[in-house]
Amino acid sequence: MDYTGLNEINGSLVVLEGVSNPANEEIVTFTVNNSERKMGRVVQIDGDKAVVLVFEGTQDFSLKNTVSRFTGKPMEIRLSEEILGRVFDGMGRPIDGMGEVFAECTREVNGLAINPVMREYPRNFIQTGISAIDGLITLIRGQKLPIFSGNGLPHDQLAAQIVRQAALKNPTSKDGGSATEKFAVVFAAMGVKYDVADFFRRSFEESGALEHVVMFLNLANDPVAERIITPRAALTVAEYLAFEKDMHILVILTDMTSYAEALREISSSRGEIPSRKGYPGYLYSELASLFERAGIVHGRKGSVTQIPILTMPNDDITHPVPDLTGYITEGQIALERGLFQRGVYPPVSILPSLSRLMKDGIGEGFTRADHPDLSNQLFSSYAHVGEVRALASVIGEEELSENDKRFITYGRLFEEKFIRQNRLENRSMEDTLNLGWELLGLLPREQLDRVKPDMLDKFYKSKSAGDF
Amino acid sequence: MIASGIIKGINGPVLNVTTRGNSGMFKMSEMVMVGEKRLVGEVIGIRSGSVVVQVFEDTAGLTPGQTVNGTGRPLSLTLGPGIIGNIFDGIQRPLSAIAKNSGLYVASGVHVDNLDTGKKWPVRVLARPGDVLEEGAVFAEVNETPAVVFKAMVPPGVSGKVRRSVSSGQHTIGETICVLETDSGAAYELKLSQRWPIRAPRPVKERRSVSRPLITGQRIIDTLFPVAKGGMAAIPGGFGTGKTMTQHQLAKWSDADIIVYIGCGERGNEMTEVLEDFSKLTDPRTQQLMMARTVLIANTSNMPVAAREASIYTGITIAEFYRDMGYHVAVMADSTSRWAEALRELSGRLEEMPAEEGYPAYLASRLSGFYERAGYVESLNGSEGSITVVGAVSPQGADFSEPVTQNTKRFVRSFWGLDRTLAYARHFPAIHWIDSYSEYLEDMTDWYNENVGPDFTGRRLQILRILFEESELMEIVKLIGADVLPDSQRLTLAIARVIRLGFLQQNAYHAFDAYVPFSKQLKMMEIILYLHEACKKLLSFNISMNALTDEDIFEQVIQIKYNVGNDEPEKLETYFGKIDGFYETVYQQHG
Repeated sequence: MDYTGLNEINGSLVVLEGVSNPANEEIVTFTVNNSERKMGRVVQIDGDKAVVLVFEGTQDFSLKNTVSRFTGKPMEIRLSEEILGRVFDGMGRPIDGMGEVFAECTREVNGLAINPVMREYPRNFIQTGISAIDGLITLIRGQKLPIFSGNGLPHDQLAAQIVRQAALKNPTSKDGGSATEKFAVVFAAMGVKYDVADFFRRSFEESGALEHVVMFLNLANDPVAERIITPRAALTVAEYLAFEKDMHILVILTDMTSYAEALREISSSRGEIPSRKGYPGYLYSELASLFERAGIVHGRKGSVTQIPILTMPNDDITHPVPDLTGYITEGQIALERGLFQRGVYPPVSILPSLSRLMKDGIGEGFTRADHPDLSNQLFSSYAHVGEVRALASVIGEEELSENDKRFITYGRLFEEKFIRQNRLENRSMEDTLNLGWELLGLLPREQLDRVKPDMLDKFYKSKSAGDF
Repeated sequence: MIASGIIKGINGPVLNVTTRGNSGMFKMSEMVMVGEKRLVGEVIGIRSGSVVVQVFEDTAGLTPGQTVNGTGRPLSLTLGPGIIGNIFDGIQRPLSAIAKNSGLYVASGVHVDNLDTGKKWPVRVLARPGDVLEEGAVFAEVNETPAVVFKAMVPPGVSGKVRRSVSSGQHTIGETICVLETDSGAAYELKLSQRWPIRAPRPVKERRSVSRPLITGQRIIDTLFPVAKGGMAAIPGGFGTGKTMTQHQLAKWSDADIIVYIGCGERGNEMTEVLEDFSKLTDPRTQQLMMARTVLIANTSNMPVAAREASIYTGITIAEFYRDMGYHVAVMADSTSRWAEALRELSGRLEEMPAEEGYPAYLASRLSGFYERAGYVESLNGSEGSITVVGAVSPQGADFSEPVTQNTKRFVRSFWGLDRTLAYARHFPAIHWIDSYSEYLEDMTDWYNENVGPDFTGRRLQILRILFEESELMEIVKLIGADVLPDSQRLTLAIARVIRLGFLQQNAYHAFDAYVPFSKQLKMMEIILYLHEACKKLLSFNISMNALTDEDIFEQVIQIKYNVGNDEPEKLETYFGKIDGFYETVYQQHG
């Protein structure tokens, strides 16, 4: 059905009256001035009145010059294996000049909740070659593990390094992979700078992986409302490739804060009651509907692993976006400005970082029997380093007890040797664990209270700073 | 006459429905069928000429003009055998049946039976013709799982004389087991299953006061901050502090007969984890699989929000049903904050006036209404049962002053506050001993005196006192370091360290530290305090603290949890000897 004219325009929202039976979440196409085509989605219905969110923004719209067509269908995306190597805009339209995707099938982008009884609990670790992650925040295939970052921190480099070393270069690594397994990366940019998108594209290109990457780009100057669709389109592709084409998919979503801000903008123009910091009350559900689209399911070979990136406004981890994300995702990799300023790359802030799934994916039969105790001990000793440093800042390092001085040394070398590594350095799990033990050697044996005695007998060797 | 209406407005899961003039009247909380797909919904507001309906399924594709039909009854559950060991969504649809129907994903508009209607259960019929059955009376039994005997009860409000009954044998939940002749002379058919509205608490004969603890096998809970059987507890904590881990530990190890685990707005993988783990782990009390006493309610964070609001009630109603059979039920609600947020979201869509942080003004009364369904009761048939509610709270920004935590605090009596600093140092369970409390100790004094010994409460206080002293001393230590403190205070720090590492910290992944019997917990407390006394005595002879810490007795006591199995009480006794030996050695060398 075509309707001429609009009744109201408010930001990205338009209101049409006299529509016969609009469907909730139905897609509407607009023709502006007989030429320009735009797309929108029904977000609210009241009788014959429909509120439509226009994805590309409402520039040039007037109450008279617009013809609206209700398609009767929800937002869909065309899928086939040919999609690999393609670049799309935030709405899933090709922008690489190679024309439409020859569709094997189409899928709704909203997706549906995976039935918990159909899920398989993820247990296989992914070796990223980055000690801070492999040793302490182990990434598990099928996990959703975001990077909590701040503006100016090297989250993009870290994500690119993970992609390079984990998914693409190591098809025969020890994480249960074999040469026959297929990997691909789905990359979704929401409101990021052109440079960021370009950085990722180059990085994929350099690692020779571009033909295994699907990119969805909504850049900082692209329409805000499109951002609502971008991650959904990307995840629909990921699910299709993983659960229908048996591929292991790594999804990079950046920047989730821009996505949340787009939601807030639309929510406020709809006049909804805000909860914290003006974000809508359903921000949690919205984020969950994206993050929960990760996992492994029974009877399918593939998996969807998500690495969303979000920048914490003012580096504040209690800001609603990182806060709600942390409640949904299975841990987080937090980056720290202090470490970055001291020149440590990757500046992974160990204490607030966590991988919830690692407990079942490490240890005997997975990585090495000592891994769980070792990582607990590294965490706990490093937590104590913080206390000692606070004390040292009051009474001076000279005045510290011998014991505490050893912690100061441990803390320094832990950051210098364990966390810090080169952007191209790919450490094996074995190396990471051994390095961890060498560092624990700096501490007196009786201070290692998280490690079972038999493990200490086997792995603990006293060291001094000179050994490094 | 069944009410009927036409959809006018759609706003997410909330519908505005115009009632048809010639149809019956919608009632509040009535279950309705929405649209062509017959989605399940509930009436939540009535105006003249229209009603407001919340839909428990995805409303995408719904159009105005579609019909909404009433069912004449409130949103209800089917209560019968087959609940235990099963996993349901927020409105009691079995997820495995949905999977058979719609595959990988939970599609909307799937219609499945709440319980398997075709399954034949081996029924032992207890009622004989001529028996007089009051409400709540048990008329038949079924071995529902190897761990649970299901008792079919006469529904509340029904009583009469048995006119006839079938013989014991294989029956389905739909078959009539007995026919009652009620006082009015009408016939009433008793079946294994009955329906009950989710929002109505099931009646009991009498609420009893709580008197005994729920033993959880978790040291910090059992000894320092216990919860009573029939009590209510809250676990608030920011993300990553271990709410879900603690809930899992309680669900695995507490000595309840039945566990109702409500995954409310949480991760799908966590439900899968419970399902996989509990189907493998053995309950130490019954030697049966843990799943044989567990029912899971799963509304993961991406499932429809209205069903999230309902899932809490579904869980507690199932708990009440088994409580009425005389079982001690523990309800794990993870997380009540997601439920409160679901209330907020729906309230926002209804354009209600918000109170604090956008939450509706009725948040407090809804929370109290939920927690008050916990309790220790004598049920209608005279049996004793209880519901213990343990609710996780996910405060925004880990800030305990937010409305959900604050309102929850008003209604629970055990408060286990999780602390981010402890979690960062990987001290688990990260329950902070200064923030947490339990109001139940006094109620349970008699039980402790009788079953544990009169010195339990005293020992508990001593342990707490040492921890409090430590936390005060730490303020000074932060400024000047521990080395300059007098020896008596350094001793407090050393013993507090033993308590923290050797007692409060508990390894959920360890073969036997995951669950520790109460008797061993008490012995461990006794050993730690015995060590404290020995050290104090040594210090009183002007022996320096350094002489004490040169010995490895502190480390030995800390390692008890890993070195002494739960079935080796005699090995525990040897530690008193070791402490005596330590005392002698130090005294000989320095005294």
